[in-house]
Amino acid sequence: MTPKVAGHSVPRADGVAKVTGQATYTVDVTLPGMLHGVAVRAERAHARISGIDTSAALALPGVAAVVTAADLEGLFPRFGHIVADHPILAIDRVRYWGEPVALVLAGSVDEANDAAAAVEVDYEDLPTVMDVEAALSDVAPLLHEVSYEGGDASFRTLSGGAPVPGRDSNVAHEASVAWGDVELALAEAEIVVDTTMRYPMLYAYAMEPYNAVADFRGDSLEVVSTAQHPFMVREDLARVFGLPLSRVRVRVPFVGGGYGSKSYTKVEPLAAVGSWAAGRPVKLVLTVEESIYTTRVDAAVVHVRSGFAADGRILARDVTITMDSGAYADNSPMVLGKAVNRCFGPYRIPNLRVHGRSVYTNTVPASSYRGFGAPQGALAGEANIDQAAERLGIDPGELRRRNLLARGEELLPGKRPLDADIAADLDLLVTSLEEGAPQDRRWYGIGFGVSASDAGAFPVSTAAVKVLPDGSVLVLNGSVEMGQGSRTVLAQIAAEELGVALDQVAVEQSDTGTVPYERTTGASRTTALAGLAIARACGDLRRRARGMAAEVLGCEPDDLADAPGGVVGPDGGTLSFGGIVARWFGSAAGEITGIGLVRRGDDTAVMPPFWEIGCSGVAVRVDPETGYVVVDQLVTVGDVGFAINPAGVEGQDLGAATQGLGAALYEELVYDGPHPINPNVVDYRVPHAGDMPRRIDTILAQRHDGIGPFGAKGAGEGSLNPIGSAVAAAIARATGRWPTELPLTPERVWRLLQEPDPGT
Amino acid sequence: MPELCEIAATVNGVAVRRTAPARTVLAAFLRDDLGLTGTKVSCALQVCGVCAVLVDGEPVSSCTYLAVDIDGREVVTVEGLAGADGLHPLQQAFVDHFALQCGFCTPGFLIMAKALLDRVPDPTQEEVVEHLEGNICRCTGYRPIVAAVLDAAARMTEARG
Repeated sequence: MTPKVAGHSVPRADGVAKVTGQATYTVDVTLPGMLHGVAVRAERAHARISGIDTSAALALPGVAAVVTAADLEGLFPRFGHIVADHPILAIDRVRYWGEPVALVLAGSVDEANDAAAAVEVDYEDLPTVMDVEAALSDVAPLLHEVSYEGGDASFRTLSGGAPVPGRDSNVAHEASVAWGDVELALAEAEIVVDTTMRYPMLYAYAMEPYNAVADFRGDSLEVVSTAQHPFMVREDLARVFGLPLSRVRVRVPFVGGGYGSKSYTKVEPLAAVGSWAAGRPVKLVLTVEESIYTTRVDAAVVHVRSGFAADGRILARDVTITMDSGAYADNSPMVLGKAVNRCFGPYRIPNLRVHGRSVYTNTVPASSYRGFGAPQGALAGEANIDQAAERLGIDPGELRRRNLLARGEELLPGKRPLDADIAADLDLLVTSLEEGAPQDRRWYGIGFGVSASDAGAFPVSTAAVKVLPDGSVLVLNGSVEMGQGSRTVLAQIAAEELGVALDQVAVEQSDTGTVPYERTTGASRTTALAGLAIARACGDLRRRARGMAAEVLGCEPDDLADAPGGVVGPDGGTLSFGGIVARWFGSAAGEITGIGLVRRGDDTAVMPPFWEIGCSGVAVRVDPETGYVVVDQLVTVGDVGFAINPAGVEGQDLGAATQGLGAALYEELVYDGPHPINPNVVDYRVPHAGDMPRRIDTILAQRHDGIGPFGAKGAGEGSLNPIGSAVAAAIARATGRWPTELPLTPERVWRLLQEPDPGT
Repeated sequence: MPELCEIAATVNGVAVRRTAPARTVLAAFLRDDLGLTGTKVSCALQVCGVCAVLVDGEPVSSCTYLAVDIDGREVVTVEGLAGADGLHPLQQAFVDHFALQCGFCTPGFLIMAKALLDRVPDPTQEEVVEHLEGNICRCTGYRPIVAAVLDAAARMTEARG
C-alpha cells in the first residue's frame, strides 16, 4: 500500500496559528485573581543562609507574600526525578549563584520585582568548587554530604549505572561499559592515538523562558507550564504536596523551544508552592538570565585512547569522561550514562573500556540537551578517528568504512542490533561535500562524522483515537508540541491508518488531566513511539468498528473488511465510521474509541527502540589573519527509516545541525569567579541568519527499517551529534593544527594559528 | 503610586485610549492591557528580535520601548498583518516554507520582514539576511525563513503587476 498522507510534506497543523499570533504558549495564560511571582536569587556560589529579612519587601505596595523554605513545613521541599536533591527554595544553604532563595508574590510583575530587590539575605560564605578539578581535589568541600531519597528507579537500568556509594566526594554519578582486554590490545596496536577534547558549558536558549502558572486548590493542583514531560512533572508535584496523581493536572500548551532543556521539572514546584502559600493562582515567568540560572548543558572533558592495526582496524578504545554537572543532579546521571554509550561510535571495537563521572560543582545545575551526551562524547570520539586517519595515511571516510558496523551487528551487547546502513549514509554525505567544494581550497577544510545514539528512551507510550459521529477523528496523546512538528506527524499517521482526510483529524496533546500517558517528549521518540501507540489505537478502533458494524448489519465481524474511512461489507457496500456510530448508538451521538499501548514488549522488547544515526559534515574556510571561520557547506543525512513529513524532518536536521554549529563556533557559558560572566543573549552568542552556510544539503535516507509507523525511526538529535568534531576536523585540515576545545571562536583559531606549524 | 500616563494610539487600525504606569514597556502594554499576546518577549535586551512591532512603520523592540511613547502613533503587531481577504503574503509564505517550528520567534520575524518589504519590495537574499541579522531563531537554521521572505516578495511583486 502506498501511503497517501504519510510521506508527504503537508503543511504544519500549527502553522496558521503561529503566523497570526493566535497560538497560545504558557506565557500567554492568565487566571482570575492571579499573583505574579519573582524569585530572589542567591548572590553567592556557596554559602550558609544566616538570615532572610522580608519585612521591607512585605511593606511595599501590591505584595501579597514572600515565601522562603521555612514556610514549606508539611511539604516535601525538594524535587528531582533521579535524585531528589533539588530544594524548591534553598534550605539553609545555597550551592550556586542564582539559586532561588525566596519567592515574592505581588499583584504585578513590576511590584514583585521591586519587592524582590528589597528582600535582604545574609550569608556566611563557604569554600567553593567552581570546576571539576577543584571539586575532585582531596580537600574539596562537599556540595552534598548526604544521599537523597531516590526518584525514578528506571535510571538504574542504564548501562553500568551504579548507585553512588555514599557521599564522600563530589562525584554525583558514575557509569561505565567495558568488554575485552583493552591493555593487551593497546600494547599490540600498530599505533595508539590519544585525543582530549573539551566540550563547552552551554545554554540551550529556548526562546520562551521557563514559566508556569499554578493553581493550588486545597485538595488538588493544576499547573500550566513549559514542560517537555508533563507526566513526569506531575510525579514531582504530587510528591511535594502528598497528593494522588489524579489530583495533580499538568497542562502544556505550545512550547517556545525545548531542545531537551525543558525536560523534567524546572519552575513548576516554585510556582506551585507560591500558590499553596498565597491561596491564589501564581504565574512565574523567568527572564532569560534566570533561565540560564535554572538549567544549562553539561560541560565535559573527554579523553579517548585508541589502538589501530596498520590496516586501520580499531583494536581497542579506552575513554574517560568527566562532566561538570553543577550543583544538583537533575538529569545529568542519565546524560552521563548516554555519553558513555555514545562516545565510542558505531564501530566494530573488539576491546572497549569507558568510564564516566558526573561531578557536582558550585555552578548552575546541568541537565538534558539535544543529543543527550552524544555531542560531548562524539566530539573526542570522532576527532580521535580523524587523527588516526592522518597518522595512518588513510582517508578519513575510508577509515570509518573499514570499521563501521553493518546492519544487524551489535553495538552494545544485548541491545538492539544496528537498524541502519551507516556506510551508505556516509557515502551520501562525503559525495555531497566533495561535489559542493569550490576550486580554491586554500584555508579550506572538510570535516564529517557519524554517531549512533540509543534513542527513544523508555518505551511507555499510550494513545486514544476516537471517531466522532460525523466521521471526523480525534487523536489523544500526551506528547508535547515544542516545535518539532509532532502535532502534524501524529495526525498524518492517524489519517493514513484510518483512511480519512487529514483535515478531518485533530490532535490533542500534553494535558495529564485529559489525554493518555506519554512518558516523555525527548530522545527523538514521538514519531516512532507515540506514533506506534497511535497506529495501534487506530487498529483497535477498526476492530471495534468492525464489531459494531457487524451488529448493525447482522453479519459476523470477519465478514467485514477495512476500507478507507470505514468498513466494506460482504455485498461490497461500504459503511463509514460515522455511519457505524450513528447506527450502533441509534442517533448521531456517541463515538468509537480505540486504545493503543506501547511498553517493553513486542517490537519494543529490545532496547533501544531504535538507533538514531548522526551523519553530518561541514566545509569551512578560515581567515588566517583573524581566525574567523566561515561555514561554507553543511550536509546532513537523516537516516530516519521513513520520513512521514519530509520537510519537517529536513527542518529538524537543519535546526539540530545549526545548534551544533553554535556549540562548535560561538556558544559558551563562561564562569570567571562565582557566577557566569555572560548570562544573557548579548554576550552568549548564538547563530544568526548571517552565519548560515553558503551551501546546505539536507539528505534523507529512507530504508523503512524502524519500528515506528511505516518503518519510521526518530529524528531531531542525530544531525547535531557529529557537528562538533566535524568542525574541529575541518579547521584542523584548513590550518594544519588540531584544536582541543570548542567553541572555535576567532580568538581561539587565531591562537591556534600562532602555534608552530607541525608540518615544518 | 506610580505616575499614570495617558496613552492614545492606533493599534492594528483600532483607536485605543488607556492609562498605564510610566515605566510600562510596550510589550507588556500590548500583551496585558490590550490582550494582544501574539507579541512575545525573550531576551528583553533588544537583541533577539522576538518582540518587534511597527511604530509608525518602523520596527522597534517592544521589550524596552516605553508604552507612553506610542501616544499619538500607529502600532502594527503580528495580529494586524492578516487582512479581511486572509493571510498576509509573508504569513502564507512562512507556512508554505516551514519557516517556523516552535513559533516563538515568528511574530518578530514577520514584523521585521514586513518592515523590509515595505521599503525594499524586491530584496536580494543578502539584503534579507542582513535585515534579519537582529532576529534569533533557535529552531530552523534560518534557511526556510529567508526563502519565505524572498518568496513573499516575489508573490507581492507579481500581485502588483
